[in-house]
Amino acid sequence: MNALAYYYCFVGILKRETYRFLQQRSRFLSSLVRPLLWLAVFAAGFRSALGIAIIPPYETYISYEVYIAPGLIGIILLFNGMQSSLSMVYDREMGSMRVLLTSPIARAYLLVCKLLATSLVSLFQVYAFIAIARLFEITPPLMGYVYLLPAALLPALMLSALGLFLSSIIRQLENFAGVMNFIVFPMFFLSSALYPLWKMRESNEITYQICAFNPFTHGIELIRFALYGQFNLLAFSVCSITTLVFLALAIIGYDPKHGLLKRKSGG
Amino acid sequence: MKNHRSFRIVRASALLSLLGLAIPSMAEQVYISNEKDNTLSVIDLDSLKLISTIAVGQRPRGITFNKDFSQLYICASDSDSVQVMDVKSQEIIANLPSGEDPEQFALHPNNKHLYISNEDNAVVTVVDTEKREVISQIDVGLEPEGMAVSPDGKWVVNTSETSNMLHWIDSGTHKLIDNTLVGQRPRHVEFSDDGKTLWASSEIGGTVSVIDVATRTINREYSFHIPGVYKDKIQPVGITLTHDNRLAFVALGPANHVAVIDIAQQKVIKYLLVGRRVWHLALNSDETRLISSNGISGDVSVIDVKSLAVLKSIKVGRFPWGVAVKP
Repeated sequence: MNALAYYYCFVGILKRETYRFLQQRSRFLSSLVRPLLWLAVFAAGFRSALGIAIIPPYETYISYEVYIAPGLIGIILLFNGMQSSLSMVYDREMGSMRVLLTSPIARAYLLVCKLLATSLVSLFQVYAFIAIARLFEITPPLMGYVYLLPAALLPALMLSALGLFLSSIIRQLENFAGVMNFIVFPMFFLSSALYPLWKMRESNEITYQICAFNPFTHGIELIRFALYGQFNLLAFSVCSITTLVFLALAIIGYDPKHGLLKRKSGG
Repeated sequence: MKNHRSFRIVRASALLSLLGLAIPSMAEQVYISNEKDNTLSVIDLDSLKLISTIAVGQRPRGITFNKDFSQLYICASDSDSVQVMDVKSQEIIANLPSGEDPEQFALHPNNKHLYISNEDNAVVTVVDTEKREVISQIDVGLEPEGMAVSPDGKWVVNTSETSNMLHWIDSGTHKLIDNTLVGQRPRHVEFSDDGKTLWASSEIGGTVSVIDVATRTINREYSFHIPGVYKDKIQPVGITLTHDNRLAFVALGPANHVAVIDIAQQKVIKYLLVGRRVWHLALNSDETRLISSNGISGDVSVIDVKSLAVLKSIKVGRFPWGVAVKP
């Protein structure tokens, strides 16, 4: 198997994800409307809720809209990760996954390609959102937009890997309600997306500890720091390790010899 | 002679550059009086870092430089004196008689007469800074606070917080000539550079009045509305105007915002979020930076005037009050 075959394989999967995304205009719109609603409606009510402590990476007082923006980038990535998971389950039910899995290329590589393709599509939505967010006076330094690219890619991979892993253990589309209730919402609300961690600590130490442990928090903080030209080593490390763990679990999950697929199909 | 000297400086600079040695820049410095710490904080305006803290008298509030920036006058309210600090050595070299509880003051363009408001006993004290003696005391309204001298030196204006008035004093005779009634609790007054208008903030009234100096009547009144901030919290205090009379900046106290007014358009164009209880403001010499003292949060915010964006908030002492910039 030469390198060109691997390249074609990646391009094929990326193209499929892109076409799927472009054809589903409502998906693109909803992925933008969701964070914009948070920004325009939810954040507006909390405008003066913050502004009493300067926390890194900010060098001065910020409005709530500015604080919440990285968390809303996170929500785009999180929903996209879950959406990709949903599409994997759908592909499996419809049988189109069989076509992909009959490829002679290693299954782990196929999964990494799927991960990368989903993440790159997510990044497009992230940039669309952050461009519109300028209208809400969310104006990080210009270089912040450059640093955002790798900083958003890593959490995108992490959340797509989580989605991939979930898709390996979820049997039917109907089970996705459970994913929303038990994974997406807790992950979002128990993070630094909506409130800084010190605010969480003020109200409850246990909630604070859960938020600090949540890898989604670290994804958001990596994005937040990058937008203001800073690198958060802890956030980077947590995101990298979590991505590898979820990816490994997904690879095991999709392995026909050891994976959950085998068990589920009764084989 | 001057050309020869300039050439030598350029040659020396080039030599130092070749040797890889940096030439220390003469950055502007911001002086801030810390009301609760009895200190002044000094910030380098290039690096935006605190570079020194200087112990001064009790409860320092108003501060202002003399014309050549060699001396800084400090209202040490609880020491009942105006202190004179030598800027180079950063040492207090004299205590001027000031009357009781000096809070704010203004230096006459003659660089000699200092007009001081004495909050506790309803007078304005005039001090000769050369002879270091009181030359006059003028009765004004209750709780005098804000103080300004017109650019031509003709008018001295004082605000009295409880009487809600601006008192117009003739600087030649030191006599009270007229009063202008403004909104509740006037705290600060500022002349435009052309001397045609006087801006006065009313803390409880929540307004800023623009007064025509020729007629001493109110021309226009500004009020402020910040989304998400309760109206009662909007309490204007410090005001500063750009030399070209294009922009006016108003510190809105516990609203934690600085309002930016476009003077030609006669409207507020932006509210800038700064620290808690923003009190006084100062522009640097080329008016690229605006500095606000934020009392409760104990910091100062540095604002980029061109983009109207807050660059950084820097911790200083407790309850920063007055701000003055040394070029």
